[in-house]
Amino acid sequence: MDHPDRSIADSLATLEGPYFGDFGGRFVPEALIAALDELDTEYQKAKVDPGFTGELARLHRTYTGRPSIITEVPRFAKHAGGARVILKREDLNHTGSHKINNVLGQALLTKRIGKTRVIAETGAGQHGVATATAAALFDLDCVIYMGEEDTRRQALNVARMRLLGAEVIPVTTGSRTLKDAINEALRDWVTNVETTNYVFGTVAGPHPFPAMVRDLQRIIGEEARAQVLDLVGRLPDAVAACVGGGSNAIGIFHAFLDDASVRLIGLEAGGDGVETGRHAATITAGAPGVLHGARSFLLQDEDGQTIESHSISAGLDYPGVGPEHSWLASIHRAEYRPITDAQAMDAFKVMCRTEGIIPAIESSHALAGAMQLGRELGPDAVILVNLSGRGDKDVETAARWFGMLDDDPAANVAEIPGEEK
Amino acid sequence: MSAPSRNRSGERLDALRAEGRAALIGYLPVGFPDVAGSVAAAVAMVEAGVDVIELGIAYSDPVMDGPVIQDAVERALAGGVRVRDVFGAVEGIAATGAPVLVMSYFNPILRYGVDRFARDLAAAGGAGIITPDLIPDEAGEWIAASDAHDLDRVFLVAPSSTPERLTSTAAASRGFVYAASTMGVTGERTSLGDRAADLVADTRAAGAERVCVGLGVSTGQQAEQVAAYADGVIVGSAFVGPLVRASGPAQGLEAVAAVAADLSAGVRRAVRVPR
Repeated sequence: MDHPDRSIADSLATLEGPYFGDFGGRFVPEALIAALDELDTEYQKAKVDPGFTGELARLHRTYTGRPSIITEVPRFAKHAGGARVILKREDLNHTGSHKINNVLGQALLTKRIGKTRVIAETGAGQHGVATATAAALFDLDCVIYMGEEDTRRQALNVARMRLLGAEVIPVTTGSRTLKDAINEALRDWVTNVETTNYVFGTVAGPHPFPAMVRDLQRIIGEEARAQVLDLVGRLPDAVAACVGGGSNAIGIFHAFLDDASVRLIGLEAGGDGVETGRHAATITAGAPGVLHGARSFLLQDEDGQTIESHSISAGLDYPGVGPEHSWLASIHRAEYRPITDAQAMDAFKVMCRTEGIIPAIESSHALAGAMQLGRELGPDAVILVNLSGRGDKDVETAARWFGMLDDDPAANVAEIPGEEK
Repeated sequence: MSAPSRNRSGERLDALRAEGRAALIGYLPVGFPDVAGSVAAAVAMVEAGVDVIELGIAYSDPVMDGPVIQDAVERALAGGVRVRDVFGAVEGIAATGAPVLVMSYFNPILRYGVDRFARDLAAAGGAGIITPDLIPDEAGEWIAASDAHDLDRVFLVAPSSTPERLTSTAAASRGFVYAASTMGVTGERTSLGDRAADLVADTRAAGAERVCVGLGVSTGQQAEQVAAYADGVIVGSAFVGPLVRASGPAQGLEAVAAVAADLSAGVRRAVRVPR
């Protein structure tokens, strides 16, 4: 125990929903309440059932590849003010991101409830791929909703899902991105709830999803906290993670919530810059409201219409955020900052060149945050970064950004910032 | 200026029940084809036999709506409709004497200010609000505001609702309870779920004074069938579709009036099942 004098009641890590302060709840059609109640009841039973937790732990050991390692990145750290930078390598998980942690748990729960079909939304495609993977493993029918715009940006992930036997339905309504994919998945769920479980991909949505998905992602921080203590001999000064809906960030933050000395920094997608209005920095620039079943911060106009978000990263291109993040921001336990597309891509490139690791563009926002933090905190600081996903899916986007494709007009290859060639 | 007359949905439903028939409740989103056009269409519907108007507020993320209504509200938003436009529209339609309920997802109301919205709706002569994504459990602020401004609050029940939830929803509702005929979103269906009649009976048994049925009703024959056992028949996409497809404003009004006449005849033909 690090805080023997701290009672459970003082802990920030015990909220089970539906509410996190003023945030959370279940703002959904009545037709879904029975399914949400069922899911909540079954999950409460499952999470204390050794049959369930043991099977999930076995799958993580033998299928996901857990525990994921940590990697210290000294050459990258030169670009972060010389601070010690340690990556939690969720990119090495089976299917390439942290999403598998959540999906295996929810797929097991689906089997336990006795449903035969799963649906999911996906933005970058990582959650869709993870869900399709679990559906193949557990012999479940699987339908993935993906904004038409995202199916173009992430065509390879669409093919991966189809290879795994899932049906991918491009969503052509609204902004044709993640938020519209969620709308369409909710419509499917209302219609097919008797046979279907909605495997929600992040810590947003109606209760019990924010608490359940968080619990399934907590393993990231639990492992990383022990690993950093083992490597460094003390806790990190800061933990950085990207925040779209916020599942990888909650997953790594949670183990540190009661460690008051550890700063928790969520990096939101700043797109073209928050001042341009073309971004996805929900907590930085949004206001509280209700979207997709929960009260939380969201990007909205003065009429409460959702504002389209913008980010080079499909996985962060979401105008909402999980309610627990809104709460952590409101009590000032976690800080949220925007990282622009350009800053994220600079960090992406530095990581590729200095460490031989191609990060997901989502995770590159966290890396850019670490570069800022390292410069602020100086060389004595230890910064833990959640490298939530690998960048294989982003190779084309990155190659285009850096002008590395043969059909690009000029090979406009940017140098690594601050490094002589 | 005198306050507009306030016609409440419950009183109208009771009066129609005394006449021996169910109410016909018609939905349109405000702002399609434009604000004035939606008011004209609603007035045409009332003149052709619709008893209560359900006026939708266009919202960017309508998760309970099928493709027809999604399309219309997307166009309304693209046309620049604002939430505040609903009040003038309510006033215009309420002048016909028909009760006007607003149908809105919660966020536009939350953003406007729940109490402020209730106050402005009451001042415009509106009857109340139907809240498709707000369950009574989350509706504390709206329940207080609707009490303060004496507005109907229409919550939904679904075939999946447990007996406990039917009871709590019936107790929280005022005006009527909206029973979703099937599990699904708005849109025309060739046949209605066989659970609608049971759901109406169960909701009444759970304490609801009045129960109206919506989702999927589009023809006079279906209206007749539902009007036999429900206090009201709610129709949306079957009005919105012809309005979207109409070649011009006049054709749109003719089309919705024709749909209203067909549905109205169905409601009036129905042989009421004794309660």
